[in-house]
Amino acid sequence: MQNRTGSVTAPDFSEEYREAQKALDKKIPLGVKLGIVAVLVIMLFASFALGKYPVAPDELVKNVAAQITVGVYNLFNDPDIVISDAANTALFNIRLPRIVVVMLVGAALSVAGAAYQGMFKNPLTSPDLLGASAGASFGACLALLLDMPNYMVQVFAFAGGMVAVACAVWLNRMVRSDAILGLILGGILVSTLFQSGTSLVKLMADANDKLPTITFWLMGSFASVSDGDMKAVIIPMICGFLLLLLESWKLNVLSFGDEEARSMGIKTKRVRLIVIFASTLIVSCSVAVSGIVGWVGLVIPHLARALVGPNYRALLPASMVIGASYLLLVDNLARLLATVEIPIGILTSILGVPFFIFIFKRNQKGW
Amino acid sequence: MSHLLEVRDVHGGYHKTEIVHGVSFTVEHGEFVCIIGANGCGKTTTLKTVLGLMKPTAGEVLIDGKSTHDMDEPELARHFAYIPQAHTPPFPFNVADVVLMGRTPYVNRLAVVKPDDRAIAWRAMKQMAIEHLADRPYTALSGGQQQLVLIARALTQEPDLLVMDEPTASLDFGNQQLVLSRMKSLSQAGMGVVMVTHDPDHALFCADKVIVMEKGLVINEGTAGEVITNDTLRQIYGTNVHVIDVEIEPGHTERVCIPL
Repeated sequence: MQNRTGSVTAPDFSEEYREAQKALDKKIPLGVKLGIVAVLVIMLFASFALGKYPVAPDELVKNVAAQITVGVYNLFNDPDIVISDAANTALFNIRLPRIVVVMLVGAALSVAGAAYQGMFKNPLTSPDLLGASAGASFGACLALLLDMPNYMVQVFAFAGGMVAVACAVWLNRMVRSDAILGLILGGILVSTLFQSGTSLVKLMADANDKLPTITFWLMGSFASVSDGDMKAVIIPMICGFLLLLLESWKLNVLSFGDEEARSMGIKTKRVRLIVIFASTLIVSCSVAVSGIVGWVGLVIPHLARALVGPNYRALLPASMVIGASYLLLVDNLARLLATVEIPIGILTSILGVPFFIFIFKRNQKGW
Repeated sequence: MSHLLEVRDVHGGYHKTEIVHGVSFTVEHGEFVCIIGANGCGKTTTLKTVLGLMKPTAGEVLIDGKSTHDMDEPELARHFAYIPQAHTPPFPFNVADVVLMGRTPYVNRLAVVKPDDRAIAWRAMKQMAIEHLADRPYTALSGGQQQLVLIARALTQEPDLLVMDEPTASLDFGNQQLVLSRMKSLSQAGMGVVMVTHDPDHALFCADKVIVMEKGLVINEGTAGEVITNDTLRQIYGTNVHVIDVEIEPGHTERVCIPL
């Protein structure tokens, strides 16, 4: 007991040692892991195959194989040879970037929601608690009002999200009360401010032309996602994911409260800043490419928790995979339900409510 | 020879309000020290300052002769383990996960839990006799069991000193006794313990040394028998108390407090 680390001489194959491994080294059942991944693979194939230009399964496999062959061939030979037929264009120029971005956004909103729920010790927290969505909306609306090109709308949205959360953090520093309470308060204030700004922009916008564009943007959609969007967000998103995954153990400890976490050796201020930065980075990227897609970040972490338990080690990766699958599903619905594409934000909100009631009833004893 | 813990003329408080005005005491290996005093006398502030959760405005805390002033959180957590009052976290972590969290100050940047870490956690769980709870959700346990899990988590930190702030406040009579006797046997096995308590009977039950605080100062210090007297209790709690020795069986007397 009084030994410090390292004094337990490895390898120690005593009875007690084996007992400890058996009792404390709990793995997520293989079936659950495979199930979660299988759903994603199925959704992935479905998303490729379904659409205005349906691609039969054999054609899909053939095209993917051809694309890989050409890719490998191009590496060594003439890079100008491309296979160009309608199926190929639909699959790789239109559907591929969209599918990748949908998956990234689904994973981002879910993982950020899960992280925030632990950090704020509140299972009803969503990733826009600190004003990321409100700030991003304001930025995008401002850019749309000023007739800026599409990429500038995205830059403004991203910057708006980051600035809003920075303000919330700064407000927390100013009031210097309980850190968690101060952050939530800061988030509420900043959200209110930026939402008012958005309303003001709407008021100034031309009701025939710009106002519909703004309103439509705010509903969220992946319809206009391009190859360039995918390339712009993929790197920052992956950085954000890695930062959060690195903090997963600390998020476990942090959910017991600030003082307890510190007494267990967590530099809570630093961890909070890292989690806020990483979450805001990925949420702002998401909002920049897709507009406001609500409820995913609130619902999916609970579904993941019901499947793999509350340990952040498993919860964060599970949230990412399930969030990606879920948003692919909803995006397919958005594309296929009606002749005109439905903004995805509307669907995630509508689906979120029954989904949440179901999980809430199931988890009532404890989140 | 340095003391296990030495609190040297510590001043502390929140923002500009000083609550503790120069507190000094020592704790040795295997010594069980209780701090008693009325609400607001500075017990908890003293404890938080010892733990490094609050920086002292003056004075010094030394562990094994080393000042804690420049220690960061992981280093402090390898010396001190804090046992808070059992409370329910928002998510139903398994008991095994909760106890393993005690390895936080030892794991690397990627927080890889090694077999040795599990062996240490398992030994702590055995000491608290909670092995059978490993797979249960912590949130579904009784208050007494939760408290034992938190003690096991603290032991998993392999600390020099256990620090507790009224650990039994929300427990029923049986669970209070369970937790106190487990703590007492830990101290008898060589662990240093500092416990803040509101109940002088608890101090009589387990303390080797009692520190009496009033208005941010230590007003008395000694063995429970010396310190817990009618006069002291009347002074700090402002109520009449009768402290008597009760003979439970021939040759075995226990001292108890009876409020009048």
